Amino acid sequence: MVWKTVTRHFISRAPAPLTAEPALVASLRERLQAAGQARLGRSLAIRHVPAGSCNACELELRATQNLIYDLTQYGLSFTPSPRHADVLLITGVAGVNMVQAVQQARAAMPDPVLVIAVGDCAVDGGVFKGSPAVKGGAEAMLPVDLMIGGCPPAPVQIVQGLLALIEAHDDASAPPRPVVP
Amino acid sequence: MKLLSPQDWAAHKGKFIALWTDADHAYALYQPSELVAVKLEHGAYPALPHAGAGWFQRLAHDLNGHIAAGAADTRPAVDHGRNADGTGPWPEFSAPEVEGVHQVAVGPVHAGIIEPGHFRFSVLGEQVLKLEARLGYAHKGTLGLIRGKSPRLAARYAARISGDATIAHSLAFAHAAEAALGVTPPARAIYLRAIMAELERLANHTSDIGAMAGDAGFAFLDARFAYLRELICAACATAFGHRLMMDIVIPGGVAGDIAGDGAGAIRAALDAIEAELPSLTRVFEDYASLQDRVVGTGIVPLALAEAYHAGGYVGRASGQTHDSRLLPGYPPYETFPLYVPVEKDGDVAARIKIRLAEIPESIRLVRDMLASLPAGPVALLLPPESGHGLGVAESFRGPVWHWLRIESGSIADVFVADPSTLHWPLLEHAATTAILADFPLINKSINGSYSGVDL
Repeated sequence: MVWKTVTRHFISRAPAPLTAEPALVASLRERLQAAGQARLGRSLAIRHVPAGSCNACELELRATQNLIYDLTQYGLSFTPSPRHADVLLITGVAGVNMVQAVQQARAAMPDPVLVIAVGDCAVDGGVFKGSPAVKGGAEAMLPVDLMIGGCPPAPVQIVQGLLALIEAHDDASAPPRPVVP
Repeated sequence: MKLLSPQDWAAHKGKFIALWTDADHAYALYQPSELVAVKLEHGAYPALPHAGAGWFQRLAHDLNGHIAAGAADTRPAVDHGRNADGTGPWPEFSAPEVEGVHQVAVGPVHAGIIEPGHFRFSVLGEQVLKLEARLGYAHKGTLGLIRGKSPRLAARYAARISGDATIAHSLAFAHAAEAALGVTPPARAIYLRAIMAELERLANHTSDIGAMAGDAGFAFLDARFAYLRELICAACATAFGHRLMMDIVIPGGVAGDIAGDGAGAIRAALDAIEAELPSLTRVFEDYASLQDRVVGTGIVPLALAEAYHAGGYVGRASGQTHDSRLLPGYPPYETFPLYVPVEKDGDVAARIKIRLAEIPESIRLVRDMLASLPAGPVALLLPPESGHGLGVAESFRGPVWHWLRIESGSIADVFVADPSTLHWPLLEHAATTAILADFPLINKSINGSYSGVDL
């Protein structure tokens, strides 16, 4: 019965939203300040680029958008175009066959850009470290601002990592994003 | 294994599953599990005429440098000719020589959260005339990493050949290692593995059916099915300690027993799915706008499915009846009767119907297996012996085959055949039965693994 499901949704109370870990926020804030990076807003558009994953990270990234984790409630959303993105989210081992595509996606994004590596493979190559077909982690292609480990990281971990990034970034001392006339 | 002369090798009849090479031989696998080989002559072997052999022969060339003599398709598979810094030549694609045709390039970076691959469409107006899929972007050198390791150590790689089918690949790998070393895992492990495999099928079917509805613009079903998948993942995390149950199936058994409250968590998730599924299925069937998108879209003709010997929901939606749980079959499925749904329309709607019909079947299997779970140990030690073995497991996509040659307890050679290998050419055909805007829907309905074929 669809109406039952819909009714249940209307009368049920939403679960408490997730929050970022203070320690992670503090260390990220230091890092971002050191980089002197221009400030983005709190609502970030994410462009995901897979660089040779096994598709488990993609499954869990998709799960962050479901009814339980509801990534959109935090102002975070995935965008199909790098032109609209503030965050470049990389999964996978940085396979040699994907390096150019990742760099082109980054080049298509308007600055400033935050780069996130999600999953053990994107952190350092994971179990595939040492294979001649892989560069071994997103850092081998681009400077990375945040790494979210796990094989694959659970949706909770991914959401908390992204929230930490927002918190750390939401720092009034950083210069605001330049407005292009 | 049967060693054939080059003539007999090329003329061998049967339902082709996979082809690979090692240092001295080329191997071909036919249904149900007939393995034949031919000696390599100066690094070459006669090409096979089977429809599905193309990708395997291209892969054998790129990975091992062996040539399929007389092969029509010699395009690179995973070797994109990249330099150390990742730069390389721009790929070339041929278009049909018809006036007014133009090409649309998509990928390797896609719009959604999916794996990388390049699709080159040749279109006339909206109609797709030709689709060429260029894969290999997810190549990681997995087979090379498996060689030289013990089966227990190498199980980590098997679990990461295709993340959505991690149990099926781990299981096929374990079956192959156990066949090679002549061991039989404990009964409790066999049941736990089958329970995990059916849960994996449920998780993928629910999320993919929802995603297809989402691609057709129907967000309600997408949201509800994604919620059902989440229930399964949460139950798996409670029962086995990992949402996707990665690294739990190992050669010799399973890495850990089911948690004390695991069976209850799984049963509760199954009850919730069972309660909601009929109403969601009705929504699927009742909405004309949704049916309009899926009926008659992306047709895989029966003859083509037969020629490729397609497995899983892709084959079953086009009249194929085989299921590796029954043929060649592996325990514990001989104890549990299994109904395999079959449709004949071959379109997106038929593939959705098959997956909807497999959900209650898997729910029933998991419940029956949980109810009759044998007591005892869950793993045994593997002897450091030598031998070669084939292993199969039915993933949600179809049969996954692993082949291993083990020497003194360490893996000397390995090959992995994901069912997607035989499905990608069918996608290339199905896309030409529709307009360009229907492609995401068709692609999702076939849902080939990129990582599983790029290896």
